[in-house]
Amino acid sequence: MSNISRRNLFKGAAAGAIGVAAATQATSASASSKRVVIVGGGIGGATAAQYLKKMDKSIDVTIIEKNPDYYTCFMSNEVLSGERQMSSIHFNYDKIKAKGINVIFDTVTGIDAQGQTVSTAGGQKLAYDRCIVSPGVDFKYEAIEGYSAEVAHNSIPHAWKAGPQTEMLRQQLLDMKDGGTVVLVAPPNPFRCPPGPYERVSQIASYLKEHKPNSKIVVLDPKDKFSKQGLFVDGWKRHYGYETDASMIKWIPAKDGGTVTKVDVASKTVTCGAGEFKADVLNIIPPQKAGKIAFDAGLVDDKGWCPIDHKTFESTIHKNIHVIGDASVAAPLPKSGYAANSEAKVCAAAVASALNGLEMVEPSWVNTCYSVIAPGDGISVAAVYKYEGGKIVAVKGAGGLTGAYDPELRKREVLYAHSWFANITADVFG
Amino acid sequence: MKKTKLGFIAKAALVAGGMLASNVAFAGIDRAEMLANTCAGCHGPNGVSHGPATPSIAGISKDYFIESMNAYASGSRPSTIMMRIAKGYSEADIQAMAEYFSKQHHQSAVQAVNESLVQKGEKLHNKYCEKCHSEGGSLASDDAGILAGQWKPYLQYNLHDFTSGNREAPKKMAKQLKAMHDKYGQEGVDQLIEFYSSK
Repeated sequence: MSNISRRNLFKGAAAGAIGVAAATQATSASASSKRVVIVGGGIGGATAAQYLKKMDKSIDVTIIEKNPDYYTCFMSNEVLSGERQMSSIHFNYDKIKAKGINVIFDTVTGIDAQGQTVSTAGGQKLAYDRCIVSPGVDFKYEAIEGYSAEVAHNSIPHAWKAGPQTEMLRQQLLDMKDGGTVVLVAPPNPFRCPPGPYERVSQIASYLKEHKPNSKIVVLDPKDKFSKQGLFVDGWKRHYGYETDASMIKWIPAKDGGTVTKVDVASKTVTCGAGEFKADVLNIIPPQKAGKIAFDAGLVDDKGWCPIDHKTFESTIHKNIHVIGDASVAAPLPKSGYAANSEAKVCAAAVASALNGLEMVEPSWVNTCYSVIAPGDGISVAAVYKYEGGKIVAVKGAGGLTGAYDPELRKREVLYAHSWFANITADVFG
Repeated sequence: MKKTKLGFIAKAALVAGGMLASNVAFAGIDRAEMLANTCAGCHGPNGVSHGPATPSIAGISKDYFIESMNAYASGSRPSTIMMRIAKGYSEADIQAMAEYFSKQHHQSAVQAVNESLVQKGEKLHNKYCEKCHSEGGSLASDDAGILAGQWKPYLQYNLHDFTSGNREAPKKMAKQLKAMHDKYGQEGVDQLIEFYSSK
């Protein structure tokens, strides 16, 4: 009896000691520990996790992500046209977990930069040695009177984060009568995926041309120019009668009153300098800013984006926190999926080097953005970037746009666009 | 002459890379890896492409990688996007990437093939191509592109460029390809493609 008691007592004491040790480890960072907490499991966050683990297996990597199901924003325009299914842009975290990366499905509520901890809505508190924040974008709904997150969710989708709103917009296009009007409100700079709104216009036009040929798309734009404009306009002329009386697409730039200030939700009517436009299907892509957690953690500048060191992506506001992807100020790198993927690898190299007390190797980045204007007509813009004089700079003489129209090469660009999709998603989620 | 110069730079880069590597306690990140990581978005993780068209560059011959990048940059090899990308790198960068990808393992693309075309293609390959693209076009050490197990559209694009005169083939290849094409036409080309994509 006394033996058992003693044994129990001993066991209890040992367990208590282990508990204390574990608690200590969980709340304070030691010089030799290598704990990285990644806030956001999108393209930037998931890539950073994979490459950190690949570079140094001894790093303890944790991703905290809200959604167990991820839908890529890129290629979601092809869902709108019916070129592909939602299931083809759906990814999960099973393969990432299988590589020994911790994935927690929870919402980050705060980052304590001094205490080096991340708190979640689920009540977890995770200590880190380095934190990588990849929150993507959030929307300035208030910039357009009458618009809100609720309206976007219920009836006038932005669909600028792929998911249920992509499906809603697709359904609205399917339900629209032939001869209807689609109005697309484009966002001001800077925003996620610069050619994206114009690829969306192209993909919707492609669907309408085949199924509802008497319909129109009006693009109301708070800008006077846009990414790959020459190539898009050339393609719109070739496929959609652009700039003729029978044009399916009408683009109204800022100088002609294209800046939308107000929406009447019930009648789907938007107001801008050029007048009132009543839509059968209305897609508003609002002005953008860094994701919410970047604001909560005090990582943003007065413009609502996160300033960073161009070599390491470490925040210039808070030490040991790195910001990558759309939320970071990394221009000339664009806010694109490829750029987020490329930034994440450079950031992973910076973090792995720092955690091992080493100098980081000279970084390098690439960006490639494909857009499909119509079946068999793909275009792209590409650039190679280097680190020079403390800044990211595009390598002169390299990169640029697809050349003059060549049907054979345009067909190839479509297949290369689809190859890019297969390969980058394998790199991020595979 | 050019090759000698590149060879010298390669050795210098290797020595420098080796010095860096000896200082790191973990699977180090050298410049070659840093550069190669940027290719994965289109060419797949470690250069193994998931298709449907972009070629795998894992296991590629160093010389062929360098030759290809230089040909893209100069415009002598037609391309959609590589002519824009290739201009972004120094000779040392290209050398480092060539070194990196040559050490990765080539994995054949899994794609549907027509068995009867494969058999016809194999005969054509053995007659016209095997001498330089040995072992069914699978050897990197030939210093030619790995044809075996490449994605079909990529093989189609390149053979189209050669037969249409858009891309200049090395003399011996031009002669063999012309002989094959004169006798078997586009059907012969398709059979060859089917053979390589089946490997």
